[in-house]
Amino acid sequence: MPFGGPRKFGGKDKDGKAGDKAGARQRGGGFFRRRKVCKFCADKIDDINYKDIKLLSGFVPERGKVLPRRISGTCAKHQRSLRVAIVRARQLALLPYAAD
Amino acid sequence: MNRTYELIYVLKPDASEDEVNDLHKQVAEIVDRMGGKIDKTENQMPWGRRKLAYEIGHHKEGFYVLELITGSGELMKEIDRRLKVTEGLLRHLIVRVDESAIKADRARTKRTEESRRRRVARGLPPDRQPGEGPQGDNDDDSGDMMFDGADLEA
Repeated sequence: MPFGGPRKFGGKDKDGKAGDKAGARQRGGGFFRRRKVCKFCADKIDDINYKDIKLLSGFVPERGKVLPRRISGTCAKHQRSLRVAIVRARQLALLPYAAD
Repeated sequence: MNRTYELIYVLKPDASEDEVNDLHKQVAEIVDRMGGKIDKTENQMPWGRRKLAYEIGHHKEGFYVLELITGSGELMKEIDRRLKVTEGLLRHLIVRVDESAIKADRARTKRTEESRRRRVARGLPPDRQPGEGPQGDNDDDSGDMMFDGADLEA
């Protein structure tokens, strides 16, 4: 089979979308990284509101910091407004500044 | 010039109902005097008594009140000034909301127009027909978020 030809089997590429760029790394035992998509673009959330703690807390890991874009896959535009929303929520003690 | 604002303030958890009403009246009085209008007041779920994300002056809970106010910037300035010197208040925040609402609205219109244009270019009717396209598969991965790469600890 020539290089670059379609892989027919092998079970490693079962998921198509996991196979494309976005850092689909294979670790032992066929671990695939899913392609990251900006949640706000995908779900069509236009207004990232500081009152929506349920939404925001998904982007604030235990430590209390803002989840970086490289992990969450949020696009630059939405990451900016997300940051503003989180900062506002922190002011009102809806989200933590730091947690230990 | 009328703009819409959101005001959220957090009272001490041991504030009595009278104190809550009293502060609300104070705010309402300023709003009235300066030609504004309170559109809505919320102090029930999800607001009202809530756990704070961090302790503020040994308090672990707070009483949240949200008010939607239409008025001028001067009015909000005055409210801000008054709340700053109010005792028994843990936090307050004033946010202008009309601009972001307009922005969100614009983004929505732009998106629908774009999708209509594309659909027409593909020779389809501009709006989605019933029974068209993928259905009901939008919730398959809503639960697991997208942080499978969460190898972050700083």
